[in-house]
Amino acid sequence: MDASIPTKPADAHIDGPVRAHVVNLSFYYGEKQALFDVSFPIHDRKATALIGPSGCGKSTLLRALNRMHDLYPGNRYEGEVILYPEQINIVSPEVDPMLVRLKIGMVFQKPNPFPKPIYDNVAAGLWVRGIRKKSIVDERVEQALKQAALWDEVKDRLRTSAYGLSGGQQQRLCIARALAPDPEMLLLDEPTSALDPIATARIEELMAELAPSVTIVIVTHNMQQAARISSYTAFMHIGCMVEFDKTTTIFTTPKESRTQDYITGRFG
Amino acid sequence: MPDHTAKAFDSDLQDLARMVAEMGGLAEKQIADSVDALAKRDTALAQRVTQLDASIDALQSEIEEKAVLTIARRQPMAVDLREIVGVLRLAADIERIGDLAKNIGKRVIALNSEFPPPKLIRGVEHMADLVLGQLKMVLDSYARRDVSKAMAVWRGDEEIDAVCTSVFRELLTYMMEDPRNITFCIHLMFCAKNIERMGDHATNIAETVHYMIEGRQIADKRPKGDTTTLTALRTAADG
Ligand SMILES: Nc1ncnc2c1ncn2[C@@H]1O[C@H](COP(=O)(O)OP(=O)(O)OP(=O)(O)O)[C@@H](O)[C@H]1O
Ligand SMILES: [Mg+2]
Repeated sequence: MDASIPTKPADAHIDGPVRAHVVNLSFYYGEKQALFDVSFPIHDRKATALIGPSGCGKSTLLRALNRMHDLYPGNRYEGEVILYPEQINIVSPEVDPMLVRLKIGMVFQKPNPFPKPIYDNVAAGLWVRGIRKKSIVDERVEQALKQAALWDEVKDRLRTSAYGLSGGQQQRLCIARALAPDPEMLLLDEPTSALDPIATARIEELMAELAPSVTIVIVTHNMQQAARISSYTAFMHIGCMVEFDKTTTIFTTPKESRTQDYITGRFG
Repeated sequence: MPDHTAKAFDSDLQDLARMVAEMGGLAEKQIADSVDALAKRDTALAQRVTQLDASIDALQSEIEEKAVLTIARRQPMAVDLREIVGVLRLAADIERIGDLAKNIGKRVIALNSEFPPPKLIRGVEHMADLVLGQLKMVLDSYARRDVSKAMAVWRGDEEIDAVCTSVFRELLTYMMEDPRNITFCIHLMFCAKNIERMGDHATNIAETVHYMIEGRQIADKRPKGDTTTLTALRTAADG
């Protein structure tokens, strides 16, 4: 365990090392405020699930965590997201969004491989970071594909197009692509919503294997999935963080009635 | 609590609750009838009690089947999950209560109209009244989601245990007074023990109701007043 990562036992919700602290984060799409004063810890090498009804701001929050919003002008952050152990505020205008994206990988709802060979898809993240030496890139590509539980299925066709893979394989490829540069945090926005139950189970299995070594934040609409794969869960509603707690607590005895109504399917 | 967006889920849960209530009602009747059969020396009634147990068993299987289906279909969370797990536990406890009433019925049949004098039965009848009261109250606490009522039942079990101990003592005295009393006194002791076990199941039900509502187990240690086994030994040693 990294001694430079602080723990704050004073906070009831924090019971292990924290990789990042979201502190009073608000976000505006131009004039429209989409996040309101959101605060919660992201535990180190644990999976944190973001749940909540459609439009509550889960994707907005996730995108804030790797500065995706900076791709469009007029978007604005308030508050802080402190990344440890560097102790930098990753939403500060002084911090280069590219630097943040190098540290924090993202996987989207729909698999979005490049129209390139499988190998290139995974190596891309390394090349961007200036890692060019073939032996190193080969090794990291293999390792990432193994981590993403895809290696055995593609090792003989690395030079063929990623478009020839099935949806589930493409999604695992995207995860491998995100993992290859060894990110500090992995963000996943509904990564299994376009997959069949078997492919979904494989991704979940993969997350369980990754959790001890990678910090994960995952958005999911599937309550059972959140309950299965995450250690912590945050429930959001209309841009606010309603409840954050251990996943076991959120799904068995949530404290807020809005959380309870949502997870038991009684909303609105 | 607001309704589920999926209305069929609400009606599944309501069905389960209704079936548990029905089972509970049958079990109450079984307890009353079995002790009635004992007091009135009514072998025919005892026969009916032993036969009616099958319908309690059948309801339990029905509840289990429906609960498993509901879990598979709805993947319940939090209160809903506790509700269904709770229902399974309630059904199991009520089924056991039914078995115990059936055992009393069987003993009445075994006594074969060789019945004890009423004064010997009074203690057992008193116990049965107490247990019936407990069962009614705990089923009510379930129907109304009333934790304080469930807790009252939970604490009340101590009294039944205490009465059971004193019934044992009394029956031992009768046996020592007159060895001809021994056969039915022993039967009565088993009946008393059956009723005391029913009380334990009512306590289990109270714990389940507490869990369903609060989402955690009762923190206190279960009160325990039953020392029947020890009493028997001690009295035998004294005698
Ligand atoms: N580019 C944008 N410009 C303006 N408003 C936006 C933009 N993207 C999202 N929003 C608004 O911000 C709010 C939060 O949207 P977001 O996509 O974060 O929700 P979500 O929780 O991810 O929903 P879903 O579960 O449907 O994916 C919504 O009201 C949405 O309409
Ligand atoms: Mg979204």
